[in-house]
Amino acid sequence: MKPVFEKFKTGLYKTRITLFCKLKDVISRGKKFNQEFIENIEEILIESDIGIETTMYLMDELKEQYRKNKNFDTSTVLGIIKKKLKEIMMECNTPEISERKQEKPYVILVVGVNGTGKTTTIGKLAYKYKKEGKSVLLSAADTFRAAAVEQLDIWRKRAGADIVKTKYGADPASVAYDSLQAAISRNIDVLIIDTAGRLHTKVNLMEELKKIKRILKKIKPSAPDETLLVLDAVTGQNSLTQAKEFNDAIGIDGIVLTKLDGTAKGGIIVPILKELKIPVKYVGMGEKVTDLALFDSETFINALICD
Amino acid sequence: MFDELTKKLEYTFQKLKGHGKINEKNISEALREVRRTLLEADVNYKVAKDFIEAVKNKSLGKEVLRSITPAQQVIKIFNEELVDLLGGTVSRLKDSSVPPTKIMVAGLQGSGKTTFCAKLSLFLSKKGKKSLLASSDIYRPAAKNQLEVLGNSINTFVYPYDKEGAVEIAVGAVEEAKNRGYDVVILDTAGRLHINSEMMDEVVEIKNAINPNEILFVADGMTGQDAVNSAKAFLERLDFTGIVLTKLDGDAKGGAALSIRAVTGRPIKFISIGEKVDAIDIFHPDRMASRILGMGDIITLVEKAEEAVDREKALKLEKKLRKEEFTLEDFYDQLQQIKRMGPIENLIEMIPGVRGLKFKDIRENGDELKKTEAIINSMTPEERRKPKIINGSRRLRIARGSGTSVQDVNRLLKQFSQMQKMIKGLSRFGFGKVFKQFGF
Repeated sequence: MKPVFEKFKTGLYKTRITLFCKLKDVISRGKKFNQEFIENIEEILIESDIGIETTMYLMDELKEQYRKNKNFDTSTVLGIIKKKLKEIMMECNTPEISERKQEKPYVILVVGVNGTGKTTTIGKLAYKYKKEGKSVLLSAADTFRAAAVEQLDIWRKRAGADIVKTKYGADPASVAYDSLQAAISRNIDVLIIDTAGRLHTKVNLMEELKKIKRILKKIKPSAPDETLLVLDAVTGQNSLTQAKEFNDAIGIDGIVLTKLDGTAKGGIIVPILKELKIPVKYVGMGEKVTDLALFDSETFINALICD
Repeated sequence: MFDELTKKLEYTFQKLKGHGKINEKNISEALREVRRTLLEADVNYKVAKDFIEAVKNKSLGKEVLRSITPAQQVIKIFNEELVDLLGGTVSRLKDSSVPPTKIMVAGLQGSGKTTFCAKLSLFLSKKGKKSLLASSDIYRPAAKNQLEVLGNSINTFVYPYDKEGAVEIAVGAVEEAKNRGYDVVILDTAGRLHINSEMMDEVVEIKNAINPNEILFVADGMTGQDAVNSAKAFLERLDFTGIVLTKLDGDAKGGAALSIRAVTGRPIKFISIGEKVDAIDIFHPDRMASRILGMGDIITLVEKAEEAVDREKALKLEKKLRKEEFTLEDFYDQLQQIKRMGPIENLIEMIPGVRGLKFKDIRENGDELKKTEAIINSMTPEERRKPKIINGSRRLRIARGSGTSVQDVNRLLKQFSQMQKMIKGLSRFGFGKVFKQFGF
């Protein structure tokens, strides 16, 4: 899939307007690097959800440059912030996760807390793989939430994929097991497993995920070939904890950042990248099957700081 | 809930308490820490700034500096400001003079609207109010099914419809509630982005069509800085009457609560603290503030106990205790009642002074309860009534049956016999006093 730059830009369009005006506005108004200027920049950074630590890191860098340079020009602030953000993000630039030459099916496990958009993301992923000419099977392993299976089934139809489902209350691990076996016997290319939303603090539910992973490995040692964590761009600093906890529990290969079509900036992925080095793979920007794009850090930074 | 925030604030105030004399410098220092904590908890930049400013100005007042316990004074001011920021007093749902009371629920995608609707319905039914549920979410796949399944699980009627527009559904549901004599109609709406003008127009149309008594804005308790943007936009278009915060059972620091309340001026009416349909609480600003400040929330705990304890059983138990007939069966009953109050970790959080307990310890306590339960479950009724007959081979059988070890069984039996001894002792001293103390 080619990065959908245009789509990504429009997705972040609203973000761009607000940030664009704010950051540039502050810089053009504030010719002096004084307390007021510092506070204004700080406020804009904090409001992008990049977190206080990253904000302080960027502010320290600015102050350092100011100390070093007697003729410090505030118009360079934008460039400095951009450069630093780039450094952080490039450290783990998204590798094109290759669907390596391996035994079929390519198993994708999708996890996350409640309401981040897992099922919607799966619908979009299924569509993407179908478009690439692959056969796709969905596994409805969210047997907990009311109507989760029906929701996935509707997405399946939109994407033109197949589905394995059972009754509510069934053991999700057994659903995952059955669907992997089905995928193998039907010679399916890609198997995507939906799981129930769970707060990372619920120990039992995190154990359940580990069990799903263990059981998949019994059939296919490399499975899940990709574990995706779905994060909601609207969520604040808690996303970092979510990423940590899910990563500790089952290991995360990539992040899907959803709901970027709103005004939330999703800046929290900066500290996530910095601390955990987990790449962001996709961004979600709407409710249509096509509203999914490959993540591109350059575009993201530009949108974040409105260059 | 608000756990991290609380921990950090406690630490900051502990430091402040260490200072005998308080001056502008150490107050500023402490407040800088507080500010950082608030920002880390996703409190909006401006809201945090204003809040700190207010606390600082009041703290630097002469009474505080002259006071014998200035740190306590600062904490008091902090508490008052916090209660104030959280809304001051409890805000209850408005009733319509002519039934049904119409409650409309709106918010962003994935904030937890549908689950909240079911919780609210169950909450109202416990108060003796019959409610009808309806979903005007004609967009999200299976949204209606979700509400139907939830409605069935709590025996609430869900308004059926076939492919109508969202406004027609809303009007139809209100009509239905009127005809069937329901007290309340709860209308779920589709999740929408505040910048999607078409969808915002739709929700305003729904509002104008049914003229709700309450419009509740549901917000995810984990929301970041964007909380103020969406809340403001919804307020502008919909002029909602109250706020609901969801997903507060995780480790979210919950700063969005402060921000949304501060920028909209609307009261937080409910908080949602779990996935089960009964995981809903009325929002108490004072209790939440004392929780944030680490003073615990004993009132909620007592209320939960009252809800869970069966009065008749309590009386029976008292009689049994008097006659020294307390058996393992009664003990098991007690365990069940504790369990009904909710997850043990949630309960412990409310007890003042136990914040220092690590999550792991609490969980282990919870596991211990489960073990005890399993052991008692694996006993025969006779064994439960007369634990003395449990010999070696019975112990082995019970251990195997409950997936525990003989040592575990021994420990439980020992604890139980100690308990019986204690009860004997108590009955000699006269029960009345003891039981009154425990509120039986």
